Amino acid sequence: MSEARAAILGRLREAGGTGPLPALDTAILERRHWPPAERVVRLRRGMEAVHTEFLEATPGTWPDVVRAFCECERLPNLLFGPSSEAGSVLSTAWAPGDTQLMPYDRPVEAFKDELFSGVAAGFTGTVGGIAETGGLLLTPGPAEPRLLSLVPPIHIALLRASSIQDSFWSAVKHLGWGRSLPPNALLISGPSKTADIEQTLAYGVHGPKRLLVVLVDDLT
Amino acid sequence: MHAENEVSFRDAAAEALLDPQLRANFRRAMDGLMSKRRAQFPDPGDLQELRDLSTAIRTRSLLALPDLLEQFEAKATRNGIQVHWAETCEQANELILGILRSKGARTLVKGKSMVSEEMHLNDFLERHGIEALESDLGEYIIQLDGETPSHIIMPAIHKNKDQIARQFSQKIKDAKYTEDVDELTAMARKVLRQKFLEADAGLSGVNFAVAETGTLCLVENEGNGRMSTHVPPLHIAVMGLEKVVATLEDVAPLYAILTRSATGQAVSTYFNLITAPRGAEEKDGPREVHLVILDNGRSRIYADPGLRATLRCIRCGACMNHCPVYTRVGGHAYEAVYPGPIGKILTPQMEGVGVRHDLLHGSSLCGACAEVCPVEIPIPEILVRLRREATHDDVGSNVAGRGTGHTAIEDWTWRLWAMVLKHPAFYRIATWFATRFGNLLPARAPLLRNWTRSRTKPLPARRSLQERLRAEGGPHV
Repeated sequence: MSEARAAILGRLREAGGTGPLPALDTAILERRHWPPAERVVRLRRGMEAVHTEFLEATPGTWPDVVRAFCECERLPNLLFGPSSEAGSVLSTAWAPGDTQLMPYDRPVEAFKDELFSGVAAGFTGTVGGIAETGGLLLTPGPAEPRLLSLVPPIHIALLRASSIQDSFWSAVKHLGWGRSLPPNALLISGPSKTADIEQTLAYGVHGPKRLLVVLVDDLT
Repeated sequence: MHAENEVSFRDAAAEALLDPQLRANFRRAMDGLMSKRRAQFPDPGDLQELRDLSTAIRTRSLLALPDLLEQFEAKATRNGIQVHWAETCEQANELILGILRSKGARTLVKGKSMVSEEMHLNDFLERHGIEALESDLGEYIIQLDGETPSHIIMPAIHKNKDQIARQFSQKIKDAKYTEDVDELTAMARKVLRQKFLEADAGLSGVNFAVAETGTLCLVENEGNGRMSTHVPPLHIAVMGLEKVVATLEDVAPLYAILTRSATGQAVSTYFNLITAPRGAEEKDGPREVHLVILDNGRSRIYADPGLRATLRCIRCGACMNHCPVYTRVGGHAYEAVYPGPIGKILTPQMEGVGVRHDLLHGSSLCGACAEVCPVEIPIPEILVRLRREATHDDVGSNVAGRGTGHTAIEDWTWRLWAMVLKHPAFYRIATWFATRFGNLLPARAPLLRNWTRSRTKPLPARRSLQERLRAEGGPHV
């Protein structure tokens, strides 16, 4: 279809640019700025409004917090990425109990049916959060596969308070995403939802029914 | 001249107005969407600043469009995304069929894509033995009934819960009748998760394409977009050629104003940035990602400086939510892929201003659409311009179907009118006949009936103004 390409680009070039380039005034984006503690409050407010649940933790206790939640909910298993930073800390601290840690260490083709019907929850780290609107930033990849945060009915995500950015715009700058991006990057603000039936909100339509943020207070 | 089988917005709208259920469904939904949007923009100054920035970004992107498309293609290709170009919907459909066949794919799950609606991709694939299943809940609901979307963001907005409950109990295997929205959603979840698991390929639209990084950005709430793009081994994305912007920083304000304008959400549940297929070390994700870039009349719209603003659109749907016409007649009356105000300027430019010129007149020009448009598209101005294009073949115009939106009887009427006004003798004869016999004209006479359809028949005075002035001794006229 290189003929189509040449024809389309030819027509666009022939039409050319008309008028001057308008200036970009980004003041509205730059004004979105809060101190770190305020960012935590805003993120929580934004995400709780769309049914995200929060578990409070410290840098030393978070694996216990994750485990306590899983046991309390009687989850038979928890899928995680064993080679990720958060995943290796989790597996080291995990004491045998009612919830089995289940490593996502094979190509999905090897256990697709089990992933869709036999996994109770998925655990991932995050690379940041968004204060302005509420939201988590994830970069799935070899260590934490893409479906880990999507297919299991419960998604548990580890968020360090110090990694919360003011806005998506400032996060893009901070993480250097403007220049290059990992194969997949995600913003997640809550459990999956729909309002397609009579504008009535329903949670857990295709993706996770619950999103739990393990919020690690590392600001002090 | 009009085609014989011309679609009549006027007739379809009149029919829709008689359906109280449909009107109630739309009224309730649009009222909700308008108030949710308003709540997201409490400060008019901030809103205007964000609109100005968004408009400037879209305008800049269009000014540099051919360069950005080439930059995007080069970068995406380096990332491992295979980029294809299609001038027409037929070409795009053939391209997609070719990709699916080369992988032996028989089933396709789809995330929401208006461009694929534009292509009538589902029908095309079904004809070639490939099952194309919509997975957005609203799209799934209307696909079960063989309907088309009535809104670009909320495709099943014309249906209420009772109608969906009946439909699910009849069409989903082993489904019981329930009007509980959570239970209805759970039924669809069960069916569709199995489909995601088994599908050979997934298809999605694209909200923004980033030239600097070769990234496809997808906005959604349900997770079906992520399922369609990350579970099957093959992902095909389709987009209109206007979707590309320079950088991800440019996307930030557009994304912010898109979700707020569309559904009154500060942020969507998911914002999925796809830059490459599954890497060598990755354990999941599609092994191949293809992108089809579609023209379908867009480069022609692009060439006209007065119409180019049409392509700034980020498909939020705010114009339809606020349109007094759309709210009353619903999306299906337009009989077009894109309904509402943006559809009224887009559809005639794509399909021809002659065959769809009725759409250009389905507007009161109240300006609500332009007032809420996040990228300040002057929809009423473009409507007025296209009304002229429909009936005039102006030199230098490149608008599809220009000068063909009129009938022989209209032409003759205007000629007669011009002659009467140019020649005082004819004018006197015409007014003499109109004042003496005008009242005898039946209300259903050709042309006159367009007026009397919804109004009383105008009654000419018994004497013309000239006759009265003369009789009362006024100046000679």
